[in-house]
Amino acid sequence: MNDALSTVLLAVFAGAIRVSTPFLFVSLGECLTEKSGRINLGLEGILVFGAMTGYAISYHSGSPWIGVLAAGVAGSLFGAFHGWVCKLPRVNDVAIGIAMMLFGTGLAFFFGKPYIQPTAPRLPALELGFWSDVPQVREALKINPLFFAGLAVAIVLWWAFRNTRWGLIVRMTGDSSATARAMGYSVDWVRFLATTVGGFLAGVGGAFLSLYYPGSWTEGLSSGQGLMAVALVIFARWNPLACFAAAVLFGGAGAIGPALQSVGISQGYHFFNAAPYILTLLIMILSISPKRSLRGAPAELSLMK
Amino acid sequence: MSDILISRRRLLKTAAAGAALGVAPGLGAIGPAAAAGLTMGIIYVGPRDDFGWNQAHAVAAKALKAVPGITVVEEENVPETIAVQKTMESMIKLDGAKLIFATSFGYFDPHMIEMAKKFPDVEFRHAIGLWQADKHPKNAGSYYAYLHQAHYVDGIAAGLSTKTNKLGFIAAKPISSVLTNINAFALGVRKVNPNATIQLIFTGDWALPVREAEAANALADAGCDVLTCHVDSPKVVIETAEKRGIKCCGHNASQASLAPKGFITGAEYKWETIYKNFADLLAKGQKLPNFERGGYDKDYVQNTAFGAGATDAAKAAATAAIADLKANKPYVTGPIKDNKGKEVVAAGKTIDNYDNFLETTNYLVEGIVGSLT
Repeated sequence: MNDALSTVLLAVFAGAIRVSTPFLFVSLGECLTEKSGRINLGLEGILVFGAMTGYAISYHSGSPWIGVLAAGVAGSLFGAFHGWVCKLPRVNDVAIGIAMMLFGTGLAFFFGKPYIQPTAPRLPALELGFWSDVPQVREALKINPLFFAGLAVAIVLWWAFRNTRWGLIVRMTGDSSATARAMGYSVDWVRFLATTVGGFLAGVGGAFLSLYYPGSWTEGLSSGQGLMAVALVIFARWNPLACFAAAVLFGGAGAIGPALQSVGISQGYHFFNAAPYILTLLIMILSISPKRSLRGAPAELSLMK
Repeated sequence: MSDILISRRRLLKTAAAGAALGVAPGLGAIGPAAAAGLTMGIIYVGPRDDFGWNQAHAVAAKALKAVPGITVVEEENVPETIAVQKTMESMIKLDGAKLIFATSFGYFDPHMIEMAKKFPDVEFRHAIGLWQADKHPKNAGSYYAYLHQAHYVDGIAAGLSTKTNKLGFIAAKPISSVLTNINAFALGVRKVNPNATIQLIFTGDWALPVREAEAANALADAGCDVLTCHVDSPKVVIETAEKRGIKCCGHNASQASLAPKGFITGAEYKWETIYKNFADLLAKGQKLPNFERGGYDKDYVQNTAFGAGATDAAKAAATAAIADLKANKPYVTGPIKDNKGKEVVAAGKTIDNYDNFLETTNYLVEGIVGSLT
């Protein structure tokens, strides 16, 4: 029994690291965008398009890292498009986001057809489990560098929002566009840049899906992870460090279902498979109150108005 | 502007050429080559190159295109909604299709039935055994291959290729056609290796790449050294197994190229046999059977050529099992218990390969660690 318990715990730990990275990148991108006062629901489309681009470019160039970069650039183009359209008068950012989601996914399927069959070079992993004799531990500690890159971005964003002039400007446009304008900053320009950088991060998250885990390009690759990541931002109260925690928690919860079944605890697997969603719902319900607005929410966000 | 003109001119040319082609078969039909001009439509629910179910059909369609006189029109990614009716209608009206193959479960009721009533001179066939003589139109029908026979062969090869005596099976949903495959695999494994167990994981849906990868990793962590699956696209499971340095068996189509080190063998459909038989019947002016099914005995299923993961003993035993199945020898023989200890096939009883019993499976046989709910 102890064996089973350690297997499950290890699988949840390993799953948390493996599955969380795309959630982390997308939610950090969305966190930045929303902090500037705009919401980009198109990140699901960008994630899928990034996954396709990353895989395709890795296949053609032979270098997965160029693929990651290309996915990021493709993502930032989508982000820039969203940012540009939304600054036109009377455009609703939520509606544009939904349009971008469908557009990005469709475009990725269209261009992705020839890349379903071929095998592209994948991203390498860092072997951090060299000190252990247990193969499961060694396997769990094969960690992709992008995971650490995501952690670094989370820390930098968290620090920058508090301590830098740039961070202050982004937060200011998000909380009160009138103030930003009075200070002489272009609200549209700040939001354009924030959405572009947010798109870059989501694109990189997509490249992780196709180039590392699960590590191949198929049309069902994302299955809604981009949308969940947008929800995670609210869950994380627009705090980049909390985004990291939420992504890891979500990844770990997703590993519970398969892990329990692998040791023979299989009764009620539908319930275990739904664990991440149940967990999110529970925390959301426990932490909201009708009496106050969400702590940390940018006041300009169209969700909040 | 000039671009548009050119493309329009080209379009007219193409249309004229098409019309000329369209006339020719009409003339030919008087002569002996009645097959000339037969147009078949094949409809897929997903991409044709998914390393799985759709690819198995698409490979068969490729074999059909080689038959002179037969034109194949295809459409992929057609959802199981009213969209499939529109696809069928355009294949019939625009392409002149006289035979429609609908390859996904949800196309049948009500979509294919509606269309069969609307176009009584067009034949419709559905790739899962749902057609019933007393309920459904006469120009509709079903064809199905017993893939579980190939999964049984997989099991025999896998049972002799494992070292840890723990094997893993990743399945989408607990429905009878999936359960039959799981049980067949387990029966094969336990026949040659009674000490082995099969760890079963249900993911809950046909295509969930991330969860499939998690399941494969969890099984590898739990000590399984052979993995197989029944999901729409086995690519992720096979690649993850290879990455983890363990062996694997394929499903639906050939995945041998994805696992050069650990591939044992795989259960594959051989739809081209059915499609070619159908085409021959039509060429002779005969009616297609409304309900066609079979396994190894009719060459409707096959196993992928053995990979580097198969031991010599596994190859020998699997080859012998294939010979038995080709002779239509039953492989389900009692006593068989389910994994809760209840007897499902009494001692001394044999289930014929064509027995409907196999299609109503709602249990897991002994040796499988897992449950249906």
